[in-house]
Amino acid sequence: MSPDTKPILNVHKLVKRFGGFVALDGLSFHAAPGEVLGLVGPNGSGKTTAINVISGLYAPDGGEVAFEGESIGGIASHRLVRRGINRTFQVPKPFMSLTVRENVRVALAYGHIGGTPPSLDALLDEYRLAAVADRPAADLNSAQQKMLDLVRALATRPRLLLLDELAAGLNPAELDWIAERIKQLAAGGMSIIVVEHLMGFIEHITDRVIVLNAGREIFEGKLAAAVKEPQVIEVFLGGEHAA
Amino acid sequence: MPNAVKHVLFILVPLIAVFAVLPGLYQNHLLLFNFVTFLILAQGVNIIYGFTGYLPFGYVGFFGAGAYGFAVLVMHYQSPALVAVLAAGLVGVLLGLLLTPLLRLSGAYFAIANLAASLAVLHLVANPALEGITKGPYGVSLTGTFNPSHAYYAALVVLTLTVSGVVFLKNSSFGLALQAVREDAVSASMAGVNVVRMRIAAWLASALVAGLAGGIYAWYVSVFYPDNVFSGEFSIFAIVFALFGGVATISGPIIGVLILYGVYNLIGFTTPQYFQLIYGLLIMGLVLFLPAGLVSLATRRGWHVP
Ligand SMILES: Nc1ncnc2c1ncn2[C@@H]1O[C@H](COP(=O)(O)OP(=O)(O)OP(=O)(O)O)[C@@H](O)[C@H]1O
Ligand SMILES: [Mg+2]
Repeated sequence: MSPDTKPILNVHKLVKRFGGFVALDGLSFHAAPGEVLGLVGPNGSGKTTAINVISGLYAPDGGEVAFEGESIGGIASHRLVRRGINRTFQVPKPFMSLTVRENVRVALAYGHIGGTPPSLDALLDEYRLAAVADRPAADLNSAQQKMLDLVRALATRPRLLLLDELAAGLNPAELDWIAERIKQLAAGGMSIIVVEHLMGFIEHITDRVIVLNAGREIFEGKLAAAVKEPQVIEVFLGGEHAA
Repeated sequence: MPNAVKHVLFILVPLIAVFAVLPGLYQNHLLLFNFVTFLILAQGVNIIYGFTGYLPFGYVGFFGAGAYGFAVLVMHYQSPALVAVLAAGLVGVLLGLLLTPLLRLSGAYFAIANLAASLAVLHLVANPALEGITKGPYGVSLTGTFNPSHAYYAALVVLTLTVSGVVFLKNSSFGLALQAVREDAVSASMAGVNVVRMRIAAWLASALVAGLAGGIYAWYVSVFYPDNVFSGEFSIFAIVFALFGGVATISGPIIGVLILYGVYNLIGFTTPQYFQLIYGLLIMGLVLFLPAGLVSLATRRGWHVP
């Protein structure tokens, strides 16, 4: 990020506790407009929790989250969605008994203010859901449900998109395809934070990564540099997802 | 033709037309009135359970509160029946507002808390200390408003409004958003839906419907005791009828009332000795083999049921 671009997201000393357990322990980082930022770290390091706080599902217990210069900590999700933040879920959460089309229609009707809404059919087409448009989401396989989560998010025209392990479970061809889509979205000006365990994928699409451990940032920079950092190597050492 | 128009023309209009002419053809007007009352209540359950996922085991609380709202206005303010019916709807909504904290509960906890709330209202109304207002446990006997045929047609108007409301839910983004909340509240909020507001809206709409139905019931019968209008049977019947037909549809609760309440009365008249047995088996069979209601016979085959 050049010094004159303002970050779209600024996370400052963020704390989130569950009972006595500290899931985010003073996490700080920022994301620039149009940037693809990787958020990596071992299981339980707080990646999903960070996304949950930024997207308004949890109120922070300390620190600050600022979006486009304004503090958003504790603001309800549906408001943040209308302000331009959206996300997908690690385990996809579509509206199971509604059809794919209906799933997206809810977001088009409620999550989008002003401007021309995106076209439902174009979105379904682009994310390979057109053939199942009129099927209940429950009939979709898990990769399709993830795409539906993504399309629901995109239907609200976010400027900040948080992807929680979107690529997990996709085959290599699908990985290449979704990597291209993510790059294109970023090229259009969207900031995208990508949580992923697949290091090849992260390497391919991100400009920069934040490495989390136990709710704190232990590294910030290029992934290639991260994997040479002793502290990073240590937290991943023996881990199932070692780079 | 837009779907909403189809639903009005092919479901609502025939339903209301049939019940508008039936009193001229069939002597048992009380039975017809009960049918209309259960059609309203089953659709009210449909709104809160079918579209939102809250099972209102104490649904009768709104009905009874509406009946007493009607009675209090008529007894103490000599209010005309129609005004008292509107007040009954308002009482239902006010009780609904009072109970909005229950919406924080889910599943069985909500159902039980709602049941407890309806019992609390019953005991409040039936409290001898309130005799001056509600006549307490001694019951109400209304004079001056008694007019079953007007009450019947008022019930048809409320049924029309209720079914129209469900047609709206079935054909609008609003109804879709309610179902989204039912399916997954977290995801619904990520679609931009204000989950709390949607739940309250559906809850108050179903409370309004039951309050109006209770007011009209009081108008129709004019003499009743707290136990009559707060009878748990109203909740259970309305829920069973709606589930039997299939919720989150317009036609399901209607089919459920017509068939189940029809059978109920048929075996009640003809073979009362087997009544409980047959009825119990019917409901068990439904729960075991058709948990999504009769309409699922069609939806399973890929047919669309409005
Ligand atoms: N709602 C919750 N209640 C209690 N503890 C929680 C909750 N959510 C997360 N945690 C705990 O916080 C820690 C961080 O969890 P989080 O889901 O953020 O990890 P993660 O980095 O996304 O891990 P993974 O790679 O396995 O998805 C874990 O120890 C988890 O058990
Ligand atoms: Mg996670």
